[in-house]
Amino acid sequence: MEYHVSLPLSSEFVKKLKINDVLYVTGKIFTARDSAHQKIRSMKPVDLPFDPSGMGLYHCGPLMKKENDRWIAVSAGPTTSSRMEEFEDILLDRFDVHLIIGKGGMGQRTSTALKKTGSVYAAFPGGAGVLAAEKITKVADVYWLEELGMPEAVWVLEVNELGPLVVAMDSTGQSLYKGI
Amino acid sequence: MDIKHLEDGILQLILKAETEIPSDVITALKQAYAVETGAAKVQLEAMLANVEKAKHKRCPMCQDTGILTFFVNIGTHFPATGILKQVIEQAVARATLEIPLRPNTVDPMRSTNHGDNLGSYLPHILWDFEPGDLAHIIALPKGSGSENMSALQMLSPSVGLDGVKRFVVETVKKAGGRPCPPIVVGVGIGGSADLAMNLGKRALLRPVGTHHTEPLIAQLEKDLLEIINKTGIGPMGLGGKTTALDVHVEVAHRHPASLPVGVVIQCWADRRASLVIHPDGSWEVQ
Repeated sequence: MEYHVSLPLSSEFVKKLKINDVLYVTGKIFTARDSAHQKIRSMKPVDLPFDPSGMGLYHCGPLMKKENDRWIAVSAGPTTSSRMEEFEDILLDRFDVHLIIGKGGMGQRTSTALKKTGSVYAAFPGGAGVLAAEKITKVADVYWLEELGMPEAVWVLEVNELGPLVVAMDSTGQSLYKGI
Repeated sequence: MDIKHLEDGILQLILKAETEIPSDVITALKQAYAVETGAAKVQLEAMLANVEKAKHKRCPMCQDTGILTFFVNIGTHFPATGILKQVIEQAVARATLEIPLRPNTVDPMRSTNHGDNLGSYLPHILWDFEPGDLAHIIALPKGSGSENMSALQMLSPSVGLDGVKRFVVETVKKAGGRPCPPIVVGVGIGGSADLAMNLGKRALLRPVGTHHTEPLIAQLEKDLLEIINKTGIGPMGLGGKTTALDVHVEVAHRHPASLPVGVVIQCWADRRASLVIHPDGSWEVQ
């Protein structure tokens, strides 16, 4: 099935999603790689400068440029999700993040957390950086840029029809990466 | 020689390498698109669309613009050998701002980003010599998604070529969808630990769809490709027939007691471009 949906996703909708479904999402997402995950894990949720809840989480270290004081995404495909495996169950537990976008798949620990929290993991084609950047309509905010650098900073992005996102791990424990 | 003009040449080389992939790779991706179905086809369709967009907009096709490696072959009568290193470094810093490239050089001791893709030992420049008065430079920007999946094993010679095959296939299986398949696999056999890895990386410079000139090595490449594509990992690890676009093997003689095997995995965005510099300082990107 193919779905064109707005974020945040309702829990009924997420539970309906099955592996191999294709999503195109519109709304707010935030980027986080390992350093950002480490920082989020080490802080109390109230102390975070932003609220991840309601947004999609994008495993991405974008290539950005500043034009007339505004950030613009040049190339923004996904990064390898398995680096976030040790952090993701904690993040899913603490915040209402029900959509993870990445590439390459995640492990059993995350799969269990997806099931527990009613969330899905969807894959965007790796290396398709320009395709992804074209779907970013606005760079809404950036956090920890100076401390972590461009790839590792948290970028809050508004996206329009970001996809194709193939549901690769669903909320029932099914995974396209199993059995390969 | 006009240094600024030379720097422009390296900048154009980097631009081409980051925004276009060679026609041999595009042909292989299109062949894969024709035989795949379902999620695998969706991935390949997006990859091919991305290749077109990146070329048209002159934007880096992948946000991971990689660590830059330059393979430089200098003619023994090329007149500007002494300034090439500095010119390459200046061009990399300029490319980071002007193309732009993602700043990807991090100090491992302090975790601080150098900001301009320069740093200790980087960009990585491999020097070699050739007869004549030209200089040839190949740029190979390589992202960490694929590079992190590379592996070396010092095998016992008694395991033979079967052991070599097992290690290559295991490495590909372990990598799964993480290095952005369909991948290109570079394999270096023999030499020392560092030489095997170096040969594995050099093997990636050969066009996809071509085999080694020595029939025994060409057969090993074909065998490996067949086994790897039977794993079912498929494009982006979502399952499918195409896990690798090609396997390239380079061989060095080995110590009687050693059988080093270096496996260097390249993502589908197999980016490389080359530049020739003439003795008068004029250049062409190819």
